[in-house]
Amino acid sequence: MVETRKLSNGLRTFLKTYAWRRIDPVPVALLQKPISQCRVAVVSSAGFVVPGDEPFSDSASGGDDSFRVITGDADVQSLEDHHDSKSFSHAGVEADRNMGLPLDRLHELVTTGEIGSVAPRHISVMGSITTPDRFVSCTLPAIADLLVEDHVDVALMVPV
Amino acid sequence: MQTVGLAQATIEEHGIPTASITMLANITAKIRPPRALAVPYPLGFPLGEPNNAQLQRDILVQLLALLERDDVPVLEQLRA
Repeated sequence: MVETRKLSNGLRTFLKTYAWRRIDPVPVALLQKPISQCRVAVVSSAGFVVPGDEPFSDSASGGDDSFRVITGDADVQSLEDHHDSKSFSHAGVEADRNMGLPLDRLHELVTTGEIGSVAPRHISVMGSITTPDRFVSCTLPAIADLLVEDHVDVALMVPV
Repeated sequence: MQTVGLAQATIEEHGIPTASITMLANITAKIRPPRALAVPYPLGFPLGEPNNAQLQRDILVQLLALLERDDVPVLEQLRA
């Protein structure tokens, strides 16, 4: 874990004073089959966009609460990093997009039998949504419906 | 961490188990997503190291293992 004292003063103050949303009660869905048979999707908040797709906005008040679809057969390294946050180093995702959306790794885990399959569609959002009301009421239900429609068994979340 | 945590809650309510990586375990403990794996890496490096496929796979395998858990909220540390 990163010690918060190692972060910038501005970010440290934000992390300390921001009114974090507390999930209560905590919902729980039960695994229906062994992981080795599961169809796996990723939800990434790295702000990746397929080339030619609409970039995320860095001017939306409270954060851009839209989402983009990245197909399971996408060329990961071709994805564009549109996350505008300066709160984290972009060096990792710039060097290897799997740091934010590990699609290549999922395909390898299918080959080794650790998981059943890679979902046909994965979700990209841009984190740092400080006013998440519409994200929760509109965006997330649409994302969940899409994953259900694709018969996704489990979803992995990758923040940056 | 909040964005993916909130996503977990909604997706889980739709019947799909979820697990997230976190680089800020103290913040994740406040948000309480169903399952999270705390990794000892800085913001921007959830999968550890760029182009280190073995490390990235190891992290994903530990993340996947959390999906077996139903004693939510689960917040575990990455094992070396």
